[in-house]
Amino acid sequence: MTDDIARARTLLRIGGVVTLLALLGGAGVYLLALRYTPVEASQGLAQKIFYLHVPAAWGALVAFSLCGLASAAYLLLNEPRVDRFAASSAEVGLAFAAVMLTTGPIWGKPIWGTWWDWDPRLTLTLLLFFLFLGYGALRGALHDPRERARFSAVVGIMALVLVPFIHLSVYLYRTIHPMPIVLRPDGPTLPIEMLRTLLVSVAVFTLLYLGLVTMRYALGLAQDHAEANAGGTDA
Amino acid sequence: MALNRAFTVEREHAALDGLRLAPASRGALFLGKALANLAFVLLIEAVTVPLSVLFFELPVTTAGWGLPLILVLAAVGFVAVGTLLSAMAVRTRFGELMLPVLLFPFLVPPLTAAAESTARLLSGRPLSEVVGWLRFLAVYDLVFVTLGLLLFGAVIDE
Repeated sequence: MTDDIARARTLLRIGGVVTLLALLGGAGVYLLALRYTPVEASQGLAQKIFYLHVPAAWGALVAFSLCGLASAAYLLLNEPRVDRFAASSAEVGLAFAAVMLTTGPIWGKPIWGTWWDWDPRLTLTLLLFFLFLGYGALRGALHDPRERARFSAVVGIMALVLVPFIHLSVYLYRTIHPMPIVLRPDGPTLPIEMLRTLLVSVAVFTLLYLGLVTMRYALGLAQDHAEANAGGTDA
Repeated sequence: MALNRAFTVEREHAALDGLRLAPASRGALFLGKALANLAFVLLIEAVTVPLSVLFFELPVTTAGWGLPLILVLAAVGFVAVGTLLSAMAVRTRFGELMLPVLLFPFLVPPLTAAAESTARLLSGRPLSEVVGWLRFLAVYDLVFVTLGLLLFGAVIDE
């Protein structure tokens, strides 16, 4: 059992180093964004938030998808480590989604003239955010670790299945109800400097995801260890 | 549009009460529970829909058979997800709060589909215009009923 604590320490250290590297990389991305990339003609400096917003969205997508896949794997394998990973991934995904949902309106205010719009893509993101808040709430409301693992795995799988439906419903909504929606310039028309910076930022955010998940996993390991021990003294 | 929202929301609330009351007896089959919930939801619809039609003077005669079809399709998806989630929610500490929190994101797609297509039909558009939404509801039902059958064991087994 003390092995768990030792492993948690090691993982925490590794995760910490990776996170630190990713944060340094994040600073690097901002240097690139401010020095290397050209200022976008119509949006001006507001466009710079793109290098934070899009990679955060990418990170959230990866985190939530992996949580769903790990949930399915848990029900098949019954392996606590997989459950711990799913929980960690969901939590880190929430953090990324929060970054995305914060930077979006900050950009939207000067460009769209409004903080929020019930645009399909925005609605989808917000619902995903709620979905994983619910996932977290469910985990918090269950004591028995095995029950918690099974229930949250079910919700994780349901969430993964729901995403295409949300996507489709907002898509149908738009094709039936064409609305003038201000969309940002598309990827392919990007100047190469912007694309490079974006790709660097995506890589940095992926690294940040790995670092944070490792740290969160280590904490989960220590927490499970503590819970198991507390249960032992009770009995 | 607003009228439709009103009665779909009404329906949702009534059904939530029903789901909360449903006991999570171990070994109870998903289909049995889901069918019981479905009967309850349809009963609520049978009361609220005529009342809404009466009080809001909805032109249902022009809407035709599409309307009951939407009601049933939406109810099936709602019940499939609701049954699965409520079986878990009642066993948590804040069960009463947990169910709406978990259910809300799952209700948005079928509710959007039902509200949109109902609004179309009530404004006199032909059924062919809402086929996309109906198909969407049908696929949603199929997927979540299947998922319920597959996952219910993980929910009620100890």
